[in-house]
Amino acid sequence: MGIEGVGARVARKEDKRFITGGGRYVDDMVVPGMKHAVFVRSPHAHAQIKKIDVKKAQGMPGVVGVLTGKELKADGIGNLICGWMIHSKDGTPMKMGAWSPLAVDKVRYVGDAVVIVVADTKGQARDAAEAVEITYKELKAVVDATKAIQPGAPQIHAESDNNLIFDWEIGDAKATDAAIKSAAHVTRMKIVNNRLVPNAMEPRAALGHYDKAEDHYTCWTTSQNPHVSRLVMSAFYNVAPENKLRVIAPDVGGGFGSKIYIYPEEIVCLWASKKTGVPVKWVADRTESFLADAHGRDHVSMVEMAFDKDNRITGLKVDTIANLGAYMSLFSSCVPTYLYATLLSGQYNIPAIHANVRTVYTNTAPVDAYRGAGRPEATYLLERTMETAARELGVSPAELRRKNFITSFPHQTPVIMNYDAGDYNASLDAAMKAADYAGFANRKADAAKRGKLRGIGMSCYIEACGIAPSAAVGSLGAGVGLWESAEVRVNAVGTIEVLTGSHSHGQGHETTFAQVVNQRFGVPIDSVSIVHGDTDKVQMGMGTYGSRSGAVGLSALVKALDKVEAKAKKIAAHLLEADEGDIVIENGEVKVAGTDKNLPWFQVALAAYTAHNLPAGMEPGLKETAFYDPSNFTFPAGCYICEVEIDPETGTTEIVQFVAADDFGNIINPMIVEGQVHGGIAQGVGQALLEGAHYDGNGQLLTASYMDYTMPRADDLPSFKVSTSNTPCPGNPLGIKGCGEAGAIGSPPAVINAITDALGVGDIAMPASPSTVWSAIRAKKH
Amino acid sequence: MSDVSLTVNGKRVSGSAEDRTLLVHFLREHLGLTGTHVGCDTSQCGACVVHVDGRAVKSCTMLAVQASGSTIVTIEGLADGAELHPVQAAFKEHHGLQCGFCTPGMIMTATDMIARHPEGLDEATVRAELEGNICRCTGYHNIVKAILAASQAMAKGSKGKAKQAA
Repeated sequence: MGIEGVGARVARKEDKRFITGGGRYVDDMVVPGMKHAVFVRSPHAHAQIKKIDVKKAQGMPGVVGVLTGKELKADGIGNLICGWMIHSKDGTPMKMGAWSPLAVDKVRYVGDAVVIVVADTKGQARDAAEAVEITYKELKAVVDATKAIQPGAPQIHAESDNNLIFDWEIGDAKATDAAIKSAAHVTRMKIVNNRLVPNAMEPRAALGHYDKAEDHYTCWTTSQNPHVSRLVMSAFYNVAPENKLRVIAPDVGGGFGSKIYIYPEEIVCLWASKKTGVPVKWVADRTESFLADAHGRDHVSMVEMAFDKDNRITGLKVDTIANLGAYMSLFSSCVPTYLYATLLSGQYNIPAIHANVRTVYTNTAPVDAYRGAGRPEATYLLERTMETAARELGVSPAELRRKNFITSFPHQTPVIMNYDAGDYNASLDAAMKAADYAGFANRKADAAKRGKLRGIGMSCYIEACGIAPSAAVGSLGAGVGLWESAEVRVNAVGTIEVLTGSHSHGQGHETTFAQVVNQRFGVPIDSVSIVHGDTDKVQMGMGTYGSRSGAVGLSALVKALDKVEAKAKKIAAHLLEADEGDIVIENGEVKVAGTDKNLPWFQVALAAYTAHNLPAGMEPGLKETAFYDPSNFTFPAGCYICEVEIDPETGTTEIVQFVAADDFGNIINPMIVEGQVHGGIAQGVGQALLEGAHYDGNGQLLTASYMDYTMPRADDLPSFKVSTSNTPCPGNPLGIKGCGEAGAIGSPPAVINAITDALGVGDIAMPASPSTVWSAIRAKKH
Repeated sequence: MSDVSLTVNGKRVSGSAEDRTLLVHFLREHLGLTGTHVGCDTSQCGACVVHVDGRAVKSCTMLAVQASGSTIVTIEGLADGAELHPVQAAFKEHHGLQCGFCTPGMIMTATDMIARHPEGLDEATVRAELEGNICRCTGYHNIVKAILAASQAMAKGSKGKAKQAA
């Protein structure tokens, strides 16, 4: 490892612009003639649109255009789609209800976009938006998925009876039922995974610019995957052919999944730009983000876990209802199926698993992937059940887990996944040691003396990252392949540009991708530029989500580097009159091994471009492209331990220590990896203690601002104790597993296991707010 | 419309703005200082913190016209030329930022916090005083570390200067 190579704790190259105010986010973009858009959104959760009158608004000061869904449809703009086909167990395809970018005859959730108003200033657009008159006929709304599938519930889409989208299953029902029937003990739980709002700090934004002279569109958008955005807007939404549409995702202020999807706003801004003849910028208010960003989680599950007399798990049966909101968002269908039920084996040997999942429409914001996406739901269900089982069986939670750990690899689970490598005992041991688990009883006794209730809880998670082998996901219904691309351009002076289809919105790619190049050629990372987020610059790519940039994006880079290296060696061998096999590249020099013959790196690059003296038949230049398609998922895993102290008078929970022991395989930059874990844990602790999206019975979102939705703040959290162990991933060239989501996946059950331990109760709802905890304490007393 | 005159990052600027224009929008849209960000509508997130007459202020809580006559420092004016302010340097060194969106507000808050605590800072104080700034990426761990490190570095620096003066 060099000082800037793989494994080095290198400070980030991209930081300078962010700490000096030089970041360039969509809202910072200014295009000559640009106007500002405000969307008129439905105030009702479920209503028919009887009439839209825009006359008054059109006459307001500064107004350039007031456009409706009818005009949008007349111009042939298509409906939004879900890109992953799931079939119900009876063979019927999922029931995808029509989602027009601007609602035409019906609105289905509070926040549904109905009209776009474009004006000289945002203030004027806002004033005019208030003057748009829409007559609605209100319909009964339903927000709870378990109620939405009852007979007589309001029907949200004509395409779906009883609001059921699909009724899907995985695993062996018969074998699982038999295991439960013959079990020595069965632990049964109802598990509720609360609805969350991702809340990237940068609100979503879009700037659409139609260039009439070129008949060409440019879209600046807060996207995690601009290439997919261009593809989908072109192929499905009829905005423009791909060659006439450039999508740019510049600096993006966090995503956490919520910026994967192509939303109505960017489609409408592009269309409105052509319609009005001016560039149109829209930036969400925070309340709009709460209303209209895709939400996460919202599962209700029944679980039965069967054990034999030796406390070995013999079967797991799960019945889940997943709330997908008012419309099927882009990847909504794969989250509660292939990203969830396929992880239900956890870190354990479970011979029989069966999961049934029903997905349901409700009059709420669409639900899609949010940091972890399905895997937090699986982990929460399993790890709460394991904890409960340990208490029921009277054994220690660590020993019950240890007894059931998978210890030999590869391991085929009954639910598709083939785990390639791992050492679950290692992370459990590391976490217990770091947490001084053995000393907990003393700390609890000490807390009791101070009138506090102390509890400890653990969670052993596994997740699947590096999504994903394209043929495999294609066979499971994905509409796209999930490979990644990279291009390496060595300039004539030896500096390097890497063009990647991955997209950084906080992950530090400009540093880690450069570290991988430094490792290979010894070029200083300051001489390596990482280019991403612009469809005019970068070849097609699949973007960043599912902790895939390391395992998939960097693997593509490695493949491209292999090609560059091979060509550079051929050139060097020719120039040094040596055998190609004897050439090595070290510390920025190209050498003949075992001799003092060498060339500086830049001379090889220069030779490639002068082309005065290349091997016979070789093309000039030193630039290579590679596409990498993964051969398997990767399987990061780890153990988290949370220790809490609860004030019984107020119900306030303090996290007194939080330990994370993760196995991410090989690591490019430990500093960045630790940062990912810290942030993930904060979001997981947020879910467990603070966050929850609440709709009232009429479908009004009660938590639509930071005054109402409790974001984790600095004084809600401790400093975290994080460490890593390493079983390299055998499936990709760098041995990387991925680290972006683990924190959010592993932490919620650790927190809730700690709280239920402290209180001596069987379960408590997330978020375990002070009032919830206080009520639980009161209920136990009385 | 009202006239607004300010000293921003050492330069006198003036302009005319709608009465309802918030200071943050005046900085971003009239002066092109886009380092100051808007992350919420309710003065909760702190992405818009700037210094107004030496105090940290959420620039979304103040009308531009109210600020007229004030001296303002934004994130763009914090560094001394090419040399980073110690708080900026500490955020970089300790990985106190990821997506960078909350960072300008965090740094401006931290600078003010350190100035108000010449006796030094501890973790509990830093966490309590960051209550008005939300970060979704870092879990605050490295932000707290960076602020503590900057506080120490600045205390050493000022002692060094005092020694030199003596």
